[in-house]
Amino acid sequence: MLLVRCPWCGDRDEAEFRYGGQADVDYPADPHQLDDAAWGEYLFVRANPLGSFNERWVHTAGCRRWFSLVRDTATNEMSPDIPRRRESR
Amino acid sequence: MTVLNKVESETAAPETATAARHSPLEHRAAELERRSTSGARGVRLHEEPFLSQINLRTPPGGVESSAVSDSLGLPLPTVNRVSGDEHHAVLWLGPDESLIVAPDGRAEHLLRTVRDAQRGGSGSAVDVSANRTTLRLSGPAAREVLEKLCSLDLHPRSFGPGDCAQTLLGRVIVVLWQLDREPGYRIMVRCSFADYLVDLLLDAMAEFLDG
Amino acid sequence: MMSSSNPNRLNASVRPGRIDRTRTIHATVDGRAVPGRPGDTLASAMLAGGDIEVGPSIQRGRPRGVFSADCTEPNALVQRLDGDCPEPMLPATEIELQDGLRVETLSGVGWLSEQRDTAGYDKKFVHSDVVVVGAGPAGIAASLAAARGGARVMLVDQHRELGGMLLDGQAHIAGHPATEWIGRAARELAENEQVRVLTRATALGCYDHNYLLIAERRADHPDAPPSPTIRQRLWHVRAKQVVLATGAHERPLVFADNDRPGVMLASAVRSYLNRHAVLPGREAVVFTTSDSAYSTALDLLGTGARVPAIVDTRPEPPTRLVEQVRAAGAHVVTSAAVVATGGEHRVSGVRVRGIDGNGSLTEWSAEFPCDLLAVCGGWNPAVQLFAQSGGAVRWDPVVAGFVPSGAGGRSARVVGAARGTYDLAGCLAQGFASGAEAATLSGFRTAPPPVPQVDGDRQASRPRPVWLVPDESRSPEECTEHFVDQQRDATVADIHHALGTGMRSVQHVKRYTTISTGLEQGKSSGVNAVGVLADALSAGSPGEVGTTTFRPPYTPVPLALFAGRTTGRLYDPVRTTPMHRQHVEAGAVFEDVGQWKRPRYYPRGNEDMHAAVLRECSAARTGVAVQDVSTLGRIEIVGSDAPEFLDRIYTNGFAKLAVGKARYGMMCGADGMVLDDGVSMRLAEDRYLMSTTTGGAAKVLDWLEEWLQTEWPELDVYCTSVTEQWAAVAVVGPDSRTVVGRLAPDLDVSAESFGFMRFHETVLVGGIPARISRVSFSGELAFEVNVARWYGQALWEATMTAGSDLDITPYGTEAMHVLRAEKGFVIVGQDTDGTVTPVDLGMDWAVSKHKDFIGKRSLSRPDLVRQDRVQLVGLLPTDTTTLLPEGAHLVEPDVSRRPPVPMAGHVTSSYHSAALERTFALGLISGGRQRIGEVLCAPVGGRDVEVEITSPVFYDPEGARRDGPEQG
Ligand SMILES: [Zn+2]
Repeated sequence: MLLVRCPWCGDRDEAEFRYGGQADVDYPADPHQLDDAAWGEYLFVRANPLGSFNERWVHTAGCRRWFSLVRDTATNEMSPDIPRRRESR
Repeated sequence: MTVLNKVESETAAPETATAARHSPLEHRAAELERRSTSGARGVRLHEEPFLSQINLRTPPGGVESSAVSDSLGLPLPTVNRVSGDEHHAVLWLGPDESLIVAPDGRAEHLLRTVRDAQRGGSGSAVDVSANRTTLRLSGPAAREVLEKLCSLDLHPRSFGPGDCAQTLLGRVIVVLWQLDREPGYRIMVRCSFADYLVDLLLDAMAEFLDG
Repeated sequence: MMSSSNPNRLNASVRPGRIDRTRTIHATVDGRAVPGRPGDTLASAMLAGGDIEVGPSIQRGRPRGVFSADCTEPNALVQRLDGDCPEPMLPATEIELQDGLRVETLSGVGWLSEQRDTAGYDKKFVHSDVVVVGAGPAGIAASLAAARGGARVMLVDQHRELGGMLLDGQAHIAGHPATEWIGRAARELAENEQVRVLTRATALGCYDHNYLLIAERRADHPDAPPSPTIRQRLWHVRAKQVVLATGAHERPLVFADNDRPGVMLASAVRSYLNRHAVLPGREAVVFTTSDSAYSTALDLLGTGARVPAIVDTRPEPPTRLVEQVRAAGAHVVTSAAVVATGGEHRVSGVRVRGIDGNGSLTEWSAEFPCDLLAVCGGWNPAVQLFAQSGGAVRWDPVVAGFVPSGAGGRSARVVGAARGTYDLAGCLAQGFASGAEAATLSGFRTAPPPVPQVDGDRQASRPRPVWLVPDESRSPEECTEHFVDQQRDATVADIHHALGTGMRSVQHVKRYTTISTGLEQGKSSGVNAVGVLADALSAGSPGEVGTTTFRPPYTPVPLALFAGRTTGRLYDPVRTTPMHRQHVEAGAVFEDVGQWKRPRYYPRGNEDMHAAVLRECSAARTGVAVQDVSTLGRIEIVGSDAPEFLDRIYTNGFAKLAVGKARYGMMCGADGMVLDDGVSMRLAEDRYLMSTTTGGAAKVLDWLEEWLQTEWPELDVYCTSVTEQWAAVAVVGPDSRTVVGRLAPDLDVSAESFGFMRFHETVLVGGIPARISRVSFSGELAFEVNVARWYGQALWEATMTAGSDLDITPYGTEAMHVLRAEKGFVIVGQDTDGTVTPVDLGMDWAVSKHKDFIGKRSLSRPDLVRQDRVQLVGLLPTDTTTLLPEGAHLVEPDVSRRPPVPMAGHVTSSYHSAALERTFALGLISGGRQRIGEVLCAPVGGRDVEVEITSPVFYDPEGARRDGPEQG
């Protein structure tokens, strides 16, 4: 059971969260400007590194906020991410 | 900003058809009484039905939040904390979300008050009084019972009176609120889960039934 | 000096032992009474009675005896027959003796009972600043130091009392017997309210982020209450710091006939002597590769046993030890090894040969009679928990064992024998230091206490491991009586056989030979197997071969413990609506929809589901029927940007929806696939009430929040789940207007005043405020009446009363499914599966051409505009009584049935229809809309069912029934 640090609620068991995949994959400003290959890239292609990975979680059983953190995929060591964008109001 | 819809104001009004209401656990009141124990390792469980509850969303730190706070006569709570007392409280649910809790019959007044305060600004106030019911778990063994179901650190060094958390009891999402040092807790649970949660809590309490 | 019922029990004056001599208790083994004392294990009681032999071995039926005194036991495995449920494969060395204990011995395999296990299995979540695993000297020291710093400390040990290896020996601490030091420490810890000491508790696993699982045995021992509520408790512990003081396990030695009863680990002999006051043999040869067995020899000699020889593989054991045992009357043979044992059901003597520096036998030989052979092949630090938590291990040639590698260690710190430190002073020093450090790091600054003067095990001299004592005549490939894993009957020959097949990795050899796959999971057999392998591969050291992976649980544990209380009715949350008990009283048969219990149908009399559903459907089409729809998800969406937000979320437009009106909406993922659907009402300019499918409520709310929080934080929109603020009924059928009219006397329910997809707020009879909408999922005139949740029962009752003279019929999910399928309305998750777009469903009308929405870009991807995509169609079996199974595949009638058979599509929904007086189905068929009228085949149960492709709308395609019968 991983211990995930919600930036709002603090340390909680992994069971309270849902995993949200790679962080910082922006929804294209205008999807219709993208050709099929670029749109396919946005939809289906994600990084899968061994080591440091910036990923999203949502605290479903708690404050329901989305946030991102950096996890080492080999050791599960986690550290807070400084969000690029405003994650919450 | 909207005024109250007819159905909102009438549902929340104190004088409305209270005899026709049924709380999710009223059929289990006698059972809960029977399974509660006193003494040094006692633990009691009962329902506190029909508490007025308003789900409040307000941008943190903005003019809206101070207006709402002024209108309620309570500061908005800090993270994982409860502002006020068990009769009139605001619980922290998230960075822009709180739960106003008051005795039965206060919802319409609170809804009007908050929506007035929010007028012209951003935010929302929604009556959720019927959305959850409240369980009161108290007694010297109350924490031990919760520890069988909840992964939060409930040790007095970490969680005490005036603390609250949205978390899981078993697989049920609840709002957990510690009221006093005995310890006594309020467990606010969505109505559909109430029967199951009571089954789970009673099973966890069984160890203390024999004293 | 021996008592008669326990001939091998030592007098208290010789060895008091950790037993209660004032009471005699009895267990039954294979029907025979075995007496003993509280404090005995089943194995020590058997040994006290002179029984060393247990069940024969699993594959080869060889006689076997009690071999160890701990959880590494390969032979003395028993099946419990008493208690709540017969439990298989328990080591007699770990079972505490108690009255009424009844077991049968096993040959390496037990049996599962069909009996239901009714015992209580509890679970508890706790947090601790410092968790110390193992209450030997190092663990106790760590706990004392951390507790003195004020930290919340948890000390866990698998045995009934603290002390660990100290209880097996005769050490002194600060001038007093070690037991006094243990007693003082135990009291100090017990008096500190921030300390929790768990005995009879095994740390099963140590996981990421300092999470530990600990199994505590609260029953099945002499100190347990007569009928405990809880048999075992699984502690889920989150620690800030973990100290592992898990000790070490003694290794057996691998030589010919090393499995004969009477061959026993030297440490086990010592444990039985000192802990249980049991002398397992009168004449004991000691065969060792290291110092520790000399203590066994001395303890044997001190209790009157004869020690004909101490056989040491080392050319020069420490003079101090040699002199000590000589003085006590024993003879040390150096550079020697036991090469054979004699005897049938018990060892009667050993043959010893010289062994040179290369491990080859020399000409020198001797024979010694004995009834006990105490063996010590060295020690394996118990690194299991450390390795599980992600720590790396390395081979340490000085201690001849795998120890925690300094580099790979995570936050768990390892102390004492678990890191290869075997001297008492070193264990205490490491314990104190690590306890203080752990407390300090968790926020309770403290310094380690001074280490007291000790008289006990000293710094050990270097061992000389011998992985394989050569056979006197056979090559290693033929060593079929050199056992590496006694429980699995696996030998040196088996390892060589694995090598002969080309395997080299220890992981492969383990699986091929089954070595280390038994109860002990390699604790004693693992490193010996690695050593034999290293020799055979001419590797420089076992470190080059490496270990197999250490996995939880540390020792076997009943699966029931993991289930805990969440079995049977507590297995998964059960959600009910406020009308649940009314449905039960009405005789509803329920089905699970997600976690919800929803009435599936309401049989009358002896009706089966088929008859009940036909009746319920017919009521909805010809009279009036009512369904509890409280389970639908509801989300209130508020804010000045709410209209814009819904326009982006839904495939169709909502911004222009007038206040007071409702609209059906569909939402897609960014990939264009259908995600959920439902009706949303506009309550005010800046306020909508969205409904979702029953199963989709939580998912949709997460979805909305994801977009609001991570992509469109600039939007002024707030979402609040109000699923359970409301209870609702759908009142359906030509007579529904009458019923709703009576229910809501203040409301004009005429078609003119109350149009389709409109809603009104009113007060029902009895003063209940309500919101009533005209929505229909059946094609019939229908109303949905919403009230606050707590009025749910009253609403149901009032509706039934209002319709009683019209035979208002409650209907369940099954009838609802039929009614909607007759109209070709899809259910997300039944007719869709995450690979279906709104266009595939023929719902282009709900897909806006004018605005963008999530998923729109995907709808023009080449794959989504293929002509052969599956499309929703109706399916009519040619035989009107044949019901197609949902999920059935459809193929071209003339296609070859040689796999792979090309699929044309599959059935998604299939029912009997009262209105159509026949069976019908919906399905997804490749290019289906172009194939209306064609015939396909459904191979079902060995025969072909002919199916005609039709429009998915079977009933009232003109929509004439939506507004109900003409009034007047
Ligand atoms: Zn949170």
